[in-house]
Amino acid sequence: MNTVPRSYEDILHSVALSDERFVVLTAENRSAIRDLPAKLGERFIDFGICEQTLVGAAAGLALRGRIPVVHALATFLTLRAFEFIRTDVGIAHLPVKLVGTFTGFASEANGPTHQSLEDVALMRGIPGMKVWCPADAQDLALGLEAVLRDPAPCYIRYNAAKPLANHDAPFELGRAEIWSEGTDITLLTYGTLFGECLKAVALLRDTGLSVGLINMRMLKPVDTAAIAAAARRSKLLVTVEDHFQTGGLYSIVAETLIEQGVVVPVMPLAFAERWFKPALLADALAYEGFDAHGIAARVQDRYARIEA
Amino acid sequence: MTETEQQELQELAHRVRRHVLRMATDGGCFIGASLSCVDVLAYLYRHWLRVSSAKLDDPQRDYLLLSKGHDVPALYGLFVELGFLEPHRLASHLKTDDHIYWHPNRNIPGVEFHSGSLGHLLGVGVGIALDIKLCRGKGRVVVILGDGELNEGSVWEAALVAAAKRLDNLIVVVDRNGFQANLATEALIPLEPLADKFAAFGWETVRLDGHDFEDLEAGFALIPRRLGQPTAIIADTVRGRGLPSIAARADRWFCNFSAAEIEQLLEELEGHRLAVIESDIIVAR
Repeated sequence: MNTVPRSYEDILHSVALSDERFVVLTAENRSAIRDLPAKLGERFIDFGICEQTLVGAAAGLALRGRIPVVHALATFLTLRAFEFIRTDVGIAHLPVKLVGTFTGFASEANGPTHQSLEDVALMRGIPGMKVWCPADAQDLALGLEAVLRDPAPCYIRYNAAKPLANHDAPFELGRAEIWSEGTDITLLTYGTLFGECLKAVALLRDTGLSVGLINMRMLKPVDTAAIAAAARRSKLLVTVEDHFQTGGLYSIVAETLIEQGVVVPVMPLAFAERWFKPALLADALAYEGFDAHGIAARVQDRYARIEA
Repeated sequence: MTETEQQELQELAHRVRRHVLRMATDGGCFIGASLSCVDVLAYLYRHWLRVSSAKLDDPQRDYLLLSKGHDVPALYGLFVELGFLEPHRLASHLKTDDHIYWHPNRNIPGVEFHSGSLGHLLGVGVGIALDIKLCRGKGRVVVILGDGELNEGSVWEAALVAAAKRLDNLIVVVDRNGFQANLATEALIPLEPLADKFAAFGWETVRLDGHDFEDLEAGFALIPRRLGQPTAIIADTVRGRGLPSIAARADRWFCNFSAAEIEQLLEELEGHRLAVIESDIIVAR
């Protein structure tokens, strides 16, 4: 397994150095960019805990030709500043990159106030907004420059988890990474849960099942061909996400299959009408059944009922 | 300001008011809010803002952002007078073949940003002012806020940030006409002492008569009043200014007049007589 060649911060720094249009903004959330204030000087601007002004000012900077890369806790960025994102960035279709941190399970023990479980639904609802959810630090590094240099606004579901395997497929905007193919079951996932899904697939294969895995990477524009092909190939699709069931990958897959006219059972592993139990990551995953064992057991159970 | 210049401004504002009135039919417009800030806009575009119709996208220009988007008929009327906009386009008000509707949008030359949702453009203005500072530019950013709009928390959040970032190239003009949509501001969410509130947020403040061109010039001539501080100008105005029959009524906010009523109002604007307008008032936001 290769190690991650460069970090998010290093890549962002070099892109910003190569192109004066980039400015890095935050609402006092420096977790992903601790070294940048000293390196970028005036082109790093901290707005304090003012997410609405952060986003409005990003629009103002973009109007003058800048490309603002905006960092804030995902819940507060996408919820508190939602109308500013939709109205100032979305209507004007400005090249603002919105980086939401501590999404889903990554909020760990912070509790429901910090559980960004509707961010994908909100951001993909904005016309022209792209949504990118890298699987881990390596996946993040692979796609970052392309996303930053793309002229569209984009929501980046920041995730710098340690990679459990090497991402070999080159990054392409709007294309999924087909990790493996399976004729019985295909797991479709994004972000934090990719690593658990990778381990779950191995567990399921040990039981003799043919199981595939797709790292969706971008949820908007979504790789509809990859979803349709997986649906034609497998007897069961499983969407795995640390997001509410409404408006996330499960909804996207359902919409895609209806549009493509493909009929296949789809099992959602997501949060339906509730928040998750706050705890440190490993404990929260296990408690909620989103660790590899929990995912494998739930999928196996569902698949057994299809076969029966 | 010379007497001739003042007279010219009065005539300009009068022509703008005529345009606004003509937009208040066939679907109507937010006439009260538009008429209160005509004089402020006329003064700014004629005497203070460095904006030229030949180079509307010059990066060195000054910016004016209408955060209280209801007053956009005043801006469009002025744009026609300044040569930014072809006069015939005002006849496309609310028509699908143009972009002239109840709130500002950037498809109209001279409009810097869209608005409609209140409490947005001070934040956008902060971003523009920050970039001008980053570029070592001399441009200035004026954000027109309605007094009712000051109910929005995002205005005060942006005001905090503007002071923290020492944006002395950022100027707020509060069109202090005293009315929200349906009620007097002081009856619903009182704002006074308004200048003190901005001062407490770290802004230099000026209070002036928003219909007095000499007063406006005195207020704007001194900007920036202190290096490193943004300026808030509280411009006391009259909603429906120029038309006593409208100014006297709290419900003359959004109006949709008949062609005959517009003729009456145009006459009133010329100073002949007070109009008696019976139209229903549509309230929409």
